Amino acid sequence: MPVDISIATGSSVPIYRQIADQVCRAVATGLLVAGEQVPSVRALAEQLVLNPNTVARTYADLIRDGVLEARKGKGVFVAKRRVVYTKAERLRRLDSSLAAFVNEGIKLGFTPEELCEAVERKLREFEAAAEKGATSP
Amino acid sequence: MSDYAIQTHHLTRYFGAKRVVFDLNLGVPCGSIFGFLGRNGSGKTTTLRMVLGLLSPTWGSSSILGHDSQSLPPHIRARIGYLAEGHPVHGWMRVRDAQAYQKRLYPRWNDDLFRSVLEFFRVDPKTRARNMSRGERAGLCLAMTLAPEPDLLILDDPAIGLDPVARRSLLESMVYATRRADRTIIFSSHLLADIERMADHIAVLDYSILRAQCSLETFRSCVQQFVLRFEGPPPELPPIRGVIQCVPRQSEIRLTLVNVTGQTRALLENLGAVRIDEIPISLEDSFVSYLGGTLENVRLPETPKVAELAGGVA
Repeated sequence: MPVDISIATGSSVPIYRQIADQVCRAVATGLLVAGEQVPSVRALAEQLVLNPNTVARTYADLIRDGVLEARKGKGVFVAKRRVVYTKAERLRRLDSSLAAFVNEGIKLGFTPEELCEAVERKLREFEAAAEKGATSP
Repeated sequence: MSDYAIQTHHLTRYFGAKRVVFDLNLGVPCGSIFGFLGRNGSGKTTTLRMVLGLLSPTWGSSSILGHDSQSLPPHIRARIGYLAEGHPVHGWMRVRDAQAYQKRLYPRWNDDLFRSVLEFFRVDPKTRARNMSRGERAGLCLAMTLAPEPDLLILDDPAIGLDPVARRSLLESMVYATRRADRTIIFSSHLLADIERMADHIAVLDYSILRAQCSLETFRSCVQQFVLRFEGPPPELPPIRGVIQCVPRQSEIRLTLVNVTGQTRALLENLGAVRIDEIPISLEDSFVSYLGGTLENVRLPETPKVAELAGGVA
């Protein structure tokens, strides 16, 4: 996997969540492409010096969410993007993360315009990273 | 075969009049990596020694690998690896002496494993144990504990006195030891970072009493922190079930709670706060809030137990 996953202890984000977030980001930016194999649970646990059950838990979550897929006897791979949630569920999830974003933004004193700009900037970053991911060997 | 590698029933120990372990009902699931937490003197070592049959309980009982702790047959003992607190070694032994000595006692001795652990700790095999650094001694002890391929590993504060590099070697060895998926590990530690990396289940002892027993995730999700902001000085709070820490500031109150229910939330929302935010909390902070800080508060008889909600073994 050409993605360096790093974890931090002492964070308010549990380790299994940190790994999941980094894998999702790597998939979203094209660093990981569909069909690519990811390290086995054991290999990643040894690399990150973690309880293998934690990594197994992350992989199970990512497989359930359709980000990864397990192929019997072969290992775990990045899944072709497919929709595992209904439109309503996707909207619900989007809405709850938007609410958190807006709350935090307002709390930090940003104006609605500044928040919109921030979203656009982030999307452009993603697109740029995705293009880079697609052109790199 | 029991689902638990270790089980205790009302396990209690007094030293004279001093209560060291009280009415402990512990269950360490087979195949788990179990973190045993608690402040100094909370009874962890005494518990482990009773479970191993090295000390008899004042009352109560315990079983290990399905056998009563107080009458363990040798073939069961051979399946248990025990690393005592403080990495004790025989000073005159070199690595190969220690290896030869220990190897004869265990039928399943694994030389590769022995060597791997020593390599993790970069121990020079020619050094005598008494001339080893703390980290090297820990490495030798751990190698001697792991090489017999025990089904159950009991590590009493294995990280004590280790520098960060040796500590990492310790964790690497522990991960390595889980290559056999059916192996159970119980380790005590004060290092929340190590607990976070390694443990899937935890138990928390405090003043000889079991305060929590659940999965690490459950513990994390049971302890929550809220900031309530008010338009003036915060009001006097009514008694709220589950509060373990309450820090009032000028116009806000920071509350740490366990086992928040819908009822608790409703109560919080009716205190007249202009906003209530949940603040994400690290494992260390939740642990310190749970055990430390406002001790008078924590010792209340109705002290909430995480185990209540977690469906602990008790």
